[in-house]
Amino acid sequence: MTRRVVGPFNRVEGDLEIKLDIDGGAVRAAFINSPLFRGFEQILVGKDPSDALVYTPRICGICSVSQSMAAATALAGLQGVAIPDNGTLVQNLVMAAENAADHLTHFYLFFMPDFARSVYQSEPWFEAAETRFKAISGAAAREVLPARAEFLHLMGILAGRWPHTLGLQPGGTTRAVGASEQARLLATVVSLRRFLEATLFADPLERITALDSEAALDAWMDAAAPERGDLRHFLTVSKAIGLDKLGRGTGRYLSYGAYAMNGGYAFGRGVVDAGRPRAFHSAEIAEDHASSWLARPEVPAHPSHGVTLPEPDAPGGYTWCKAPRLAGAVVEVGALARQIVDGHPLIVDLVARGGGNARTRIIARMLEIARIMPLMEAWVRAIRPREPFCAHAAMPKEGECEGLVEAARGALGHWMQVRDGRIVNYQIVAPTTWNFSPRDENGTPGVCEQALVDAPVREGEIEPVAVQHIVRSFDPCMVCTVH
Amino acid sequence: MHQPTGKPRRMNLLWLQSGGCGGCTLSLIGAESPDLLTVLDIAGIDLAWHPSLSEATGFELHELLARLLSGEEPLDILCLEGSVIRGPRGTGRFHMLSGSDRPMKDLIADLAPLARHVVAVGTCAAFGGITAAGDNPSDACGLAYDGREPGGLLGQRFRSRSGLPVINVSGCPVHPGWVVETFLQLAGGTLTEADLDGIGRPRFYADHLVHHGCTRNEYYEFKASAQNLCEMGCMMEHLGCMGTQVHADCNIRLWNGEGSCTRGGYPCISCTEPGFEELDHPFTVTPKRAGIPVGLPTDMPKAWFVALASLSKAATPERLRKNAVADHIVVPPVGRQRKPHK
Repeated sequence: MTRRVVGPFNRVEGDLEIKLDIDGGAVRAAFINSPLFRGFEQILVGKDPSDALVYTPRICGICSVSQSMAAATALAGLQGVAIPDNGTLVQNLVMAAENAADHLTHFYLFFMPDFARSVYQSEPWFEAAETRFKAISGAAAREVLPARAEFLHLMGILAGRWPHTLGLQPGGTTRAVGASEQARLLATVVSLRRFLEATLFADPLERITALDSEAALDAWMDAAAPERGDLRHFLTVSKAIGLDKLGRGTGRYLSYGAYAMNGGYAFGRGVVDAGRPRAFHSAEIAEDHASSWLARPEVPAHPSHGVTLPEPDAPGGYTWCKAPRLAGAVVEVGALARQIVDGHPLIVDLVARGGGNARTRIIARMLEIARIMPLMEAWVRAIRPREPFCAHAAMPKEGECEGLVEAARGALGHWMQVRDGRIVNYQIVAPTTWNFSPRDENGTPGVCEQALVDAPVREGEIEPVAVQHIVRSFDPCMVCTVH
Repeated sequence: MHQPTGKPRRMNLLWLQSGGCGGCTLSLIGAESPDLLTVLDIAGIDLAWHPSLSEATGFELHELLARLLSGEEPLDILCLEGSVIRGPRGTGRFHMLSGSDRPMKDLIADLAPLARHVVAVGTCAAFGGITAAGDNPSDACGLAYDGREPGGLLGQRFRSRSGLPVINVSGCPVHPGWVVETFLQLAGGTLTEADLDGIGRPRFYADHLVHHGCTRNEYYEFKASAQNLCEMGCMMEHLGCMGTQVHADCNIRLWNGEGSCTRGGYPCISCTEPGFEELDHPFTVTPKRAGIPVGLPTDMPKAWFVALASLSKAATPERLRKNAVADHIVVPPVGRQRKPHK
């Protein structure tokens, strides 16, 4: 058995280090360290509750408006304010734009470049993958960066800028949309649809969202040349290297529900455990500090009264990250969780057959992009210019509230206590806190720690490429993780 | 533009991240016309390593760092995004470089004197920024500033090999254009110390105020104020807007196509300024003394401002008074030829 320390992992958001125990050509155990501690939970104590809208987006530059939305949702609960329909539509649009842009950034800039690594240079598919996806010099990045930037003009119109806006408020949004902006927004969204249909999918979005089984996906893949469209190109390489054999998760998934619609969510809220859906209860969340460099509560606490105090020499600690558990269990969050909880037949079938793995995580993100765009088009059309976008309500001096939203990377929760008009406790559980959590008091490793076990290590590999694929399949956001 | 003498040489750029959110990188990759990768190529800048863009990972980065530290490979531009993390108790353990036993702050301190240019990307790297807010739990500071005080990690006297101080491209986040144009000028050899303001910010954006080009200027002139976020009036009197005092060209250059904070319906919170993370009032509320906003323009006598404000308030047209508290135009301007019907 040899122990290897791998890091920094780049092409993830923030800094990440993993200790690997390797034996017999495979990873036997993994220990994930989130090496940066900034202390947002301490920073927020004593602040005016509304200032959470300034601080929390700055936890993360890639999940910025998701953090805004979690804080705004919590404050809306505190105020009891009802958001006008226009405000909900614009909040959905801004969240969806971040979600789609993040999925594109992950696919093209973070994940695919690993297929252009020299370890694969003798593979028959290598030359095409290198030409298309090589970091910095590949052709795809030059196409996707301008398309992404143009799509983010939606943020310029609706939120002033991205990242770090104050445009999402408890009572709605701060930029009223007139008929001319509405028309321009629709053109912006449809323009990205065209890019996706030409470049990523090489097919109409509706062909992708209608795929309802692994068999249907395989048939779609075989219906054109192997590199026709970047999704098909990904599926081709995945098949060749057996990406579906890597990074098996726990089989338990959580989604808080994404995009408020008709009193519910466009992508539903809930839990799926070994294929069976069940309801989500916030009270089942508890944060364990057994492997964290943090002061330890006597028993794992619900985040509404959680404590985050650094203790760099805490015995048994190997990360600044906590270990959130749902009813004591390790759960996975992210696009895969959202789509299985929502019951999309393609993802349900893929997971039933091959489990949640590195390949299904990527497919779920691509499917989600295809599902988001028509929703965005419908939301833009539903805006009613000259009707209100933002309601205003007084901020209570006392109270407790929670804000649960879906960021691109999964379930994001904020919990706030207010006394005498000031924040007295603020706790944040981010998506990658769930996925990259360390071992809990029972010694149970987190999702990615479990997913890395059995990852193959090739002869002479210092930093196994399989480990790179598995880690990046989660699209980790390390700045959110500890915050 | 200054013509570089001799054979044009490509420059390399190392980008490190520490106590920040990564938002400056995310903003930067939204650079437009041309995109970031194209403009770097045009400038003749090669990315030695960037955490979001480079293929090299883990040991490949450690090998690169060793070559740079030994001088085997020269370093032209060192960028830091995020604050320098000194805590706890000066150890830097709140951010150790992954795959090493070294605090990031020590690596940054060792690399900075070797670099031809050192660029602090964003308010965190420049001054400490949001990470230094509250009681500053991670003891965060900037490269050459600790909040408003000169010093930081490298000290007031620090000069990179070019002789320039740390170039503070502040902003939370930075505008992609601020970074790109700084790079283009460094590559062209045209950026001098005279092109930086008193706290190291490139003057091409820091010699402007956020107020310049603000679409609410007519409301400002007549002190027709918004009462709530999302309304169209001036946000200085009630909603905490600091745009008349804050150095940046946000309303000239615009963000993500046609945006800015004030155009987005919320106030300028002074994110390009040192200390913006700890104002002495909630961000979206204007502090007042005897009913008069405390934060008035810095280069105008207060008495004059108050006198002019009361005059202009008295003269506020009905159109502005009504539109200021609406979220869309309820009273359009009337043309000279088209007098309203009696």
